Amino acid sequence: MASIRLQSLAHRYPSAPDYALHSMQQSWSDGGAYALLGPSGCGKTTLLNIISGLLRPSEGRVLFDDIDVTDRTTEQRNIAQVFQFPVVYDTMTVADNLAFPLRNRGIAKNEIEKRVADVLQMLDLQERANDRARSLTADDKQKISLGRGLVRTDVQAILFDEPLTVIDPHLKWQLRTELKKIHQRFQHTMIYVTHDQTEALTFADEVIVMYEGAVVQVGTPQQLFETPEHTFVGKFIGSPGMNVLPCEIDGIDAVFVGTKFSVNITGDNPAARFELGIRPEHIKLSSSEGMPLTVTALEDVGRHVIVRGEIAGVALCALVKDGVAIPENPCVSFDSTRINLYADGYRVGSGRGDDTI
Amino acid sequence: MSIQKAQNNKAWFMVLPVLILVAISAIIPLMTVVNYSVQDTFGNNEFFWVGTEWFQEILSSERFHNALLRTLLFSGLILAIEIPLGILIALAMPKRGWGASVCLVLMALPLLIPWNVVGTIWQVFGRVDIGLLGHGLASLGIDYNYTQNNLDAWLTLILMDVWHWTSLVVLLCYSGLVSIPEVYYQAARIDGATRWAVFRFIQLPKIKRVLLIAVLLRFMDSFMIYTEPFVVTGGGPGNITTFLSIDLVQMAVGQFDLGPAAAMSLIYFLIILLVCWVFYTVMTSYDNDEPTSGGGPQ
Amino acid sequence: MLELRNITRHQGEDVLLDDISLSMQRGELNILLGPTLSGKTSLMRIMAGLDKPDSGELLFDGVSVLGMAVQKRNVAMVYQQFINYPSLTVFENIASPLRVARVETSQINRQVAEVAELLQMTQVLDRTPDTLSGGQQQRVALARALVKKADLVLLDEPLANLDYKLREELRAELPALFAAMGAVLVYATTEPTEALVLGGDTVCLHEGRVEQFAPTLDLYRTPASLRSAKIFSDPPLNSAKVECVAGELAFANSQQKLGINIEQIPDGNYTLAVRPHHLGRERDGLDDIEVKGSVSVTELTGSETFVHFSMEDNSWVALLRDVQNFAVANTVVFYVQPQHLFLFDSDDALVEWQSTGKS
Repeated sequence: MASIRLQSLAHRYPSAPDYALHSMQQSWSDGGAYALLGPSGCGKTTLLNIISGLLRPSEGRVLFDDIDVTDRTTEQRNIAQVFQFPVVYDTMTVADNLAFPLRNRGIAKNEIEKRVADVLQMLDLQERANDRARSLTADDKQKISLGRGLVRTDVQAILFDEPLTVIDPHLKWQLRTELKKIHQRFQHTMIYVTHDQTEALTFADEVIVMYEGAVVQVGTPQQLFETPEHTFVGKFIGSPGMNVLPCEIDGIDAVFVGTKFSVNITGDNPAARFELGIRPEHIKLSSSEGMPLTVTALEDVGRHVIVRGEIAGVALCALVKDGVAIPENPCVSFDSTRINLYADGYRVGSGRGDDTI
Repeated sequence: MSIQKAQNNKAWFMVLPVLILVAISAIIPLMTVVNYSVQDTFGNNEFFWVGTEWFQEILSSERFHNALLRTLLFSGLILAIEIPLGILIALAMPKRGWGASVCLVLMALPLLIPWNVVGTIWQVFGRVDIGLLGHGLASLGIDYNYTQNNLDAWLTLILMDVWHWTSLVVLLCYSGLVSIPEVYYQAARIDGATRWAVFRFIQLPKIKRVLLIAVLLRFMDSFMIYTEPFVVTGGGPGNITTFLSIDLVQMAVGQFDLGPAAAMSLIYFLIILLVCWVFYTVMTSYDNDEPTSGGGPQ
Repeated sequence: MLELRNITRHQGEDVLLDDISLSMQRGELNILLGPTLSGKTSLMRIMAGLDKPDSGELLFDGVSVLGMAVQKRNVAMVYQQFINYPSLTVFENIASPLRVARVETSQINRQVAEVAELLQMTQVLDRTPDTLSGGQQQRVALARALVKKADLVLLDEPLANLDYKLREELRAELPALFAAMGAVLVYATTEPTEALVLGGDTVCLHEGRVEQFAPTLDLYRTPASLRSAKIFSDPPLNSAKVECVAGELAFANSQQKLGINIEQIPDGNYTLAVRPHHLGRERDGLDDIEVKGSVSVTELTGSETFVHFSMEDNSWVALLRDVQNFAVANTVVFYVQPQHLFLFDSDDALVEWQSTGKS
């Protein structure tokens, strides 16, 4: 296991005009679980391949435990990586597939048998151990790919590149918690790339949110949820994402459609475009309190209802828990301690919570 | 149920023209040969039923045995050289960029030359007096003469065939290799696989199907080879390069023994069929445990 | 109206579809929900006319269409992969079904403009599909299905290849689009959440059989069988084998009572099930049921907590609304309101029951 440091790391593909990754400094501690989260094309897979050594960065250094590994090959780095689509060795049996990375490293036979048996059990593949890998379903093939990543105990880090994309929802749950358990048990340094916030947030101690080749925020799931540093993070995390509402600043108040919210503003932001961020979870519906909402749609998703509506032409949504009645002509009020204030997209303040509403 | 049946009949009706075409082009000539193989004639269109006499004669003739052994040896050597060499070249070729295009064009060149021209090229190429190869070897002090020395004749023919046809194996293997997704190689690097393991467990399984086609094509072609040895050595020196095809033509056209020649061609045909079937069965035996329900990307 | 009667299809030894009978109305969204290989795609291929069933009937507006060629049926299909004509502009892509039908040029311009407006594609009509994002590419495919004014529109996991956020966006847009189509709509998905957002009616498929066909929310709230409940649950449904003796429930393999007193149902073995978000930390009412287990792993999403815990031999998960941390191996207690408990009999069928409230 190793800590991983990225020093002024940037990457530009030859012949491409723009950087695929903009210069970044990151330091990830030994034994941590990290997730790289972002939409497709944000550079997260590029970053992962640079860490595993499949790709050499055009600028900057990669350090494992303070040793510069930028010029080392993947094999020398001793990394495990699981890819988005299943990669199995068709002609081998399931057990041989799992033993393959160990045999290549000359590990003793009885040790190999023991570890393969462990992984087979972890992934619930014992009964298929002697089947040829190509006869399996896509789900099971991906389990083998995962297994080949988990079978080595001495790796510096285990990297996952959207490993659950091809997996059915139910199995996804099972495998995700299995990975979490494995991390708690063995304390491998794990880096998990995904566009699915649930996967990222539940898996990682710390999530690195990426957008267009740059890191926009690094934080715990709770930080990302409560204080998104950029409106992109606010919208990307949460389902539905944070409401971002245009507002004006009047002294120490943010004003949204005539309603004032007292806020702490840091720094001086003249002429900036101000916005107010409030999560659907923190909006309360009532029959009389607050701003009247014109409801445009109700989406009952079982455990809660998503209420979509408009206030003075600004779209907004709120969550109402399963079983709670929704008033006929609802009014909405914001939990003012949960408000964030943004100037040109970046967070500059939060609600003070001493409003009357 | 009834709808399905009607559709099936319609489908058969649609392939009828093809069946007729195949009948005219293949089955009718074949039947003529079968007809000849069981009869004898003294000219004047008079035929006598001789049963399996010609077949017995051919099968017990030493001349046939020798020609068959020579042909089998030739095909065996061709396959043993061209298949591994073709795979090696395909592996070494660049997979993208301008280098890939250049290699592909170079590889395709020998395949574009007609058989008899290939024969003529090598016939001249190998001549001791004016040929680049023959003269070159002679000036190095190596005693080389494919018209007199048995070994030299064989070496020349094999070299010629390798030069002419390895490209085919290369192109087939190459098409299989470029279809392997990059992620497989990445996974192999992560798993610490050796170059040999990458070949054995990723590349070979993925090119197995095209390799089967390459083996079948090269076997059939080399087993039936006629034009090139006929042009270069004419079956000599002596009978040392007289393959089945050359022998057959000598018998049918040279000696005009139509009955034995017909019997021989049928035996020839059956041998090719048999060997191809064996190759096919052996090489596809692995595929029996293929998933029944589609499966995912492999 | 599309009607399937006793449709069965085999592939070799495998049964792909087993005696499926359904009827679907125009203007309604019908969701096929089930895991991979449950028969969703096989069923759609038969509806489209790409495959023939081994037996059974397929009727459209009362007329059998089994013998009819695919080209003659007015069917549109949208796939998981974004399938567009790469060399044509977005406009021409959307217009292609109309060109095939030899619609007048002025008419084409008008219809394409309408559909593009609806799908917010007006800005990109001159571009080719490969310059668009995945979400936009799939919108082009949807627009093509829409403009065709097909009688039957089949969507086979159309959002599966999109990013999570894009999926969310399109999901919210789709119901309005579907309402505008007026066709028989069939939508296949593996994700329960997607079915819930889209609404309509849902067919729960399992191994080629229809488990249940009902309005989506009804199916979610009162699944007729344990299988329907399991298929229609994300996070996975919690379940445990229980025994009922003289109106009292206990775990089948121990003497632990569950504190549920019930009337009406005979003694025997049952399966008890509860959805993860119905497990709460606080007791809400007197007759709430207590569930006790040992924590195996906790997952935090920033706003919610998934607590995985084991109870007897069962692994359960609770979904809590806020962030709470639980140490592994600690004992946790959750409460369930009795109306949120499902009980299934030994044939896995839902049992109507009532708590006597004496706990």
